[in-house]
This record gives sequence, C-alpha cells and structure tokens, in this order.
Amino acid sequence: MRMTLSLATRNLLRNRRRSLATLLALAIGATSVLLFGGYSADIKYSLLTGYVQGGGHLQVQHKDFFLFGNGNPTAYGIAGYTRLMEAIGNDPELKPEVRVISPTLQFGGLAGNYEASVSRTVMGVGYVASDVAKMREWNEFGIPPLSPPFALVAAPEDAVIVGLGVARVLLLCDRLGLKNCPKPAVGDKRAGAGGPALPADIMALAEGDPQRPAGAPAAAVERPQIELLATQPRGSPNVAAVKVLAAEDQGFKELDEVTVILQLSQAQKLVYGRGEPRATSIMIQLEHTDSIPDAAKRVRAVLDQAMPGHPLAVLDFRQLNPFYGETINLFNTIFGFIFVLIGGIVLFTVSNTMMAAVMERTTEIGTVRAVGLRQSGIRKLFVTEGFLLGCVGATLGVVLALVLAAIVKSLHLTWLPPGSSTPLPLTIRVAGEYGMIVGTMLGLIVIATVSAWLPAWRAARLSIVDALRHA
Amino acid sequence: MVDEAVASLSDVVKSYQMDDVVVPVLRGIDVAIRPAYFTVLLGPSGSGKTTLLNLLGCLDRPNQGKVMVAGTDVNSLSDDELSDFRSENIGFVFQSFNLVPVLTAFENVEYPLVLAGMDPVRRQRRVKRLLEAVGLDERAHNRPGQLSGGQRQRVAIARALARKPKLVIADEPTANLDSQTGAAIIALMRWMQQNFKISFIFSSHDSGLIKAADDLIVLRDGVIQSVRRKPGEAASLTSEFETDDDSGPRWGEDPAATDFSALDDATRPSA
Repeated sequence: MRMTLSLATRNLLRNRRRSLATLLALAIGATSVLLFGGYSADIKYSLLTGYVQGGGHLQVQHKDFFLFGNGNPTAYGIAGYTRLMEAIGNDPELKPEVRVISPTLQFGGLAGNYEASVSRTVMGVGYVASDVAKMREWNEFGIPPLSPPFALVAAPEDAVIVGLGVARVLLLCDRLGLKNCPKPAVGDKRAGAGGPALPADIMALAEGDPQRPAGAPAAAVERPQIELLATQPRGSPNVAAVKVLAAEDQGFKELDEVTVILQLSQAQKLVYGRGEPRATSIMIQLEHTDSIPDAAKRVRAVLDQAMPGHPLAVLDFRQLNPFYGETINLFNTIFGFIFVLIGGIVLFTVSNTMMAAVMERTTEIGTVRAVGLRQSGIRKLFVTEGFLLGCVGATLGVVLALVLAAIVKSLHLTWLPPGSSTPLPLTIRVAGEYGMIVGTMLGLIVIATVSAWLPAWRAARLSIVDALRHA
Repeated sequence: MVDEAVASLSDVVKSYQMDDVVVPVLRGIDVAIRPAYFTVLLGPSGSGKTTLLNLLGCLDRPNQGKVMVAGTDVNSLSDDELSDFRSENIGFVFQSFNLVPVLTAFENVEYPLVLAGMDPVRRQRRVKRLLEAVGLDERAHNRPGQLSGGQRQRVAIARALARKPKLVIADEPTANLDSQTGAAIIALMRWMQQNFKISFIFSSHDSGLIKAADDLIVLRDGVIQSVRRKPGEAASLTSEFETDDDSGPRWGEDPAATDFSALDDATRPSA
C-alpha cells in the first residue's frame, strides 16, 4: 500500500499543471458548496433564533388551538395556567434546562383610530414584557442581534406595540415618527390621482400632526391612542383604550398588517374582564435547542401529572412555524442541487485527468504488468490517484471557504430578507459546521475516487502487448 | 525437443486480427530454450520474433499450441496467476528500457520485490547487491531521467534479475544504444548469465550479440528456419545467486568481463 501511495503521489506530481488544474476545479467546487452551505446554515440559525426568541422552543397549548384557535383564540384559553407553569418550573428534571416560562394570550378583535375614523381587524397578543425581554437575549448560535429591545418593558399597562402595517392603516405613521411609511394617495389633488377622496380631517391627520411644533420629534408628543375591541368568551364585546408606544416590523407583511402586542394583564382584562384570567399558550424557552425532544417528553409527563385529563399539547417551534421547515427544506434542496452540479463537474474533471494519465502512461502500465503487477494493482493505483486528488482538492476547498467566510464577515455586509424591511448582517457560517465540512469533503472525495474508477478499469484491462507497443 | 528446457513452444500458432483481416504471425512453432544458456532469436523485421518472445514471457497467449515455462503450462493460468507467475519466473529487458520514471534506480529494482511481498530488510539488501552487481550503487537514488541510456539499461537488467528468475527475456536490448554501450550491455548480460546461471533469450539484429550467443534460433515468416546449438551440458541452476544469502560476484570483478567503460556517463544525454 505504501508503494501504491508513493507511486500515486509521484505520478500526480509528474504533470503538475494538469494536477493543479484538477485540484483547482475540486477546490473551487468544494468552496462553492461550503459557502452556499454556510449561507444556508446562517439563514437556518437566524430563523431558528428569531422564532425561539419570539415564542420559545416549546409551547403548551390546548390541543386544538394550533389548528382552530386562529378563528376564536379565547375559546382555547388554559385555565389554571399558573399552576401548570409552577409544575414545569419546579420539575427537577426540567429546571436546569428551562430558561424562561411565560404565558401568552392571543385574541382577535378590532383596532380603531377614533381621531382618524379608521379601523381594522387585528390579532392581539399579550405578553409578560420582562419574560419576552429575557427571551430575546437567548442567542445559542451567536447570531448578530435580530430583535430590538422589547419596548413594553417597564411600560404602563395600557401601552401597546403595533405592526408597521397596523400603524400605516390606522394613519399613525407621522405620530409615531415612522420613516418610509406611505400615506394614502387617494384624493391627492396635487397629483390628480383618481379614487375616492378622504375627508379633509383624515388627510390632515395622515399628513402630520397639526399640533406638533415644527421640527419636534414624535417621541416628544403624547403617544397616540387607539381603541381595541375584543369579544369575551361569552360573546359580549369589551373595549380598551391603549397608547401606541411603537410600531415594529413583524418580519412578514401579513403579520405587520394585524399584530398588536400588549401587556398580558391588559389583554386578560380585555378578553376575560373580571373573570378568571387565562392564557392561550405557555412558552418555554430552553437553554439548548438540542434538548427539545427530551424536554418535550418531560413536559408532557408533567402536564399529565399536574392537570390530568386536560386536552393539552406540547408543540415545538418547528411545528408552530411551518415556514421554518419549508425554508430549511428549500435551502437543503438547493444545496443538494448545487452539490450534484459541482459533483458532476468534479466527476468529469477527474475522469478526464485520469483518462489523460492512462493514455500518457500506457507503456508504463504494460511494463509494470509485465513485471508482475496484477490488474487489481493497476486499478488500485489509478483509483488512489483519484482519491488523493479528492483529498487535497477538498482540503484546499475547505481552507478557501474558511478564508472567504472570514473575509465576508469582516466586511460587515447586510442583506434584506424577503418580506422584511430590516436588513440583516450577511454572514457565512463555515467555521464550526463540522458536519457540513466533513460531509462535503467526503462527498467530493468519493466522487473523485469513483470518477477515477472507469479510467482505472480501462487501464487494468489493457493488453500488455499492446500497452508495451504504445508509442 | 530439448530435455529439461526452461521454456518451450509446441505447435504454436499466433495470429492477429487487423480490422477484418487475420494476419498470421507464428505458424506452428516448435522450439525449446535450454536452461542457463544465452539464446539469441534472429530474423528480419516482421518474422515474429517479438511475438514469440511475448509468448515465452507469458505476456500473450497463443491461438493454438502449448507454451511451457519453468515446467508450467501457462495457457491454463488465469490472468492473476499469470501475473504472479511472471513476477516469480521471468525477467524482462526492453529495447526502450521501460523504467518507471517517477521511481529512483533503487526503487525500480525494488519494485518487483515489493510486489512479491518480500520483507524490507532482505529486499533492500538484495537491491543494493544487484545495483552493485551492475555497477550502479552510486546512482541508486537517481531517477531514470538522470541516467544515461546504458545506465538505464543496467538498471533494467538489475530489475529483471531482482526475483532471481529462471528466464530473462530481452527484446532488442541494445537497439537504442550506441555500439560501444551495446557491447558493454551484452558483456554485462553474458556475465550475469554465466555467474547467476540464468537463461537469457534475446531478439536482436546486433552482430555482437549473435557472436555471444550459445544457441541461435533463426525465424523467418513465422516459422523456425534453423536452430544452431552450442554443444554442452545444460548448466546447473544452483548458483550463489540462487541461494538466500544474496552474496555473489560483483560485476567487474570477473576477469572475463570486457570493456565496461562505455557504460559510464559518456552516453548520458546533455541537459
């Protein structure tokens, strides 16, 4: 084997230019695969971090809430949720792994800006602000900060945050000092556009706060008030006047158009009035994502013990956010496609190189066969050369990918995800992705080795006499 | 037919297919090669010399007839068995030297021994000894490209002898050498044959080689035209080279060896 390795290495060094060209093709292939894989990995961890920061790793919900709760969330409220949280929080098995346990209440309703005579349907979510702030600090994968500090921390009970779309529709943009927030163009006399004209008072509101002194920031004036209307479980309506603290990008237009975030206590008063407050979900954030299966199993056991017979379900963030799985699948498919393309190029490049080597060394093949090398020895020699090309090329590719990823990181580039208005840092996660690195290397080494097999097989089957006669 | 022949062909026919035409090359050859003799195969171009040597060297198979080498009917061997058989029993010296260019002189000679799985200590001792025998111990770590034509052929001879074969086949070994170097190579092989009691069979047009022959086989149009044998007993195959201690004569120590000076660097191509 040592002789085969030595011969293979020397043969590769014999035609350095050809070997170098093949190695470069392999290295560039490996680099391309790893850079795309690193980019995919970064997207994956960014998404994961965003979801876990917003909703935890696990959520305890009524078993039908996820599928049917959107129509009438309050009907799926969990009574006695505080007892459940205590049971989970005090469980000796879960305690070391659980970082935050926090209740949340989701409800559907209407939000109206009385001053502007506009309203729209909204999805309200009540949170414990301090818990959400702590959840937003979770960053297992070292992602650059995604979420802004939670504005409801230490805010009054009647403070709310709205999605950018809600702010736009309720004509709150100027009052909140939002930039890039389009105003209704309907009835625009200056532009002469068609469409129904808005009343003059609404136009005035949309164009700016007449009360605000020129040049004064929006924060300096009183927060705009909106009214929230929700239906209580028994069907009676309830209204709360709340102050809009800020408008935040929710990541997707659909969410931006409907989201209103408020303090849990405020949401519970709005939905349940003086009745027993409930929560539609209990969010559980863990220290480590890998603990999800064990933690979910244990939480189920605690639920059965603490509230036997209750129709509760434990869902992880992947089940709660199907977009995550779809995105990962999409990227995996593209990654696979790119790998197949690169693999094809590597296959033909190495195969071509080995074919040329067989042609060039035909007489030599005849000689070593005459001296006593078996056909299998010839095959082994050429396959070893393919294997060595694969090893060196893939290693070079990994080094190149690591260097390029570091350069991209140092440039502090950003990119704008689809549907989002907030640019994210562009990072390519190659370092530390051992599975991807080893997988790519092994894949390319196997392809390089396999591509040498056909030329090796042909070389081994050469007639010795013809090979020796080869000029 | 000679008794105790190291190799023999009986009623051997060999033809090649060239497109749609079958070209007969050997037409019913019967010949025996005596052990430890210096046999020269003579004949004009296209007479079938190389084909006959290929059959004796187990590099090719006949269309008809029997090929016996070292007492084995080689037609019955599989490709792998034939490889092992060649490795053990036959050495080759080619017209174009055919050394592996990426291996040093030492490694080229060592290669058949590596294939045979010989242990490294014995292997290296034997290679050293062979390179000494052909007078190239000081060029052991040079690659073929750094050696002259004569030196390369001496390395090839050492490689051919590495496994102590029963038969060495040399297809026009002096054709690519100038006359002085060719004469020295013939002298070296003759010396090897005499000292190590190995059968050598050559094809050649070289008159020097023909003069040195014990047995002369003349081939024409694929048939044996004449066989001239030097009278004498077949030499014993037992020699110092056949023993395991790898000691033995060093080339140049034999007073019978003639002008070897031509094998020095004089013929090395200028860079």
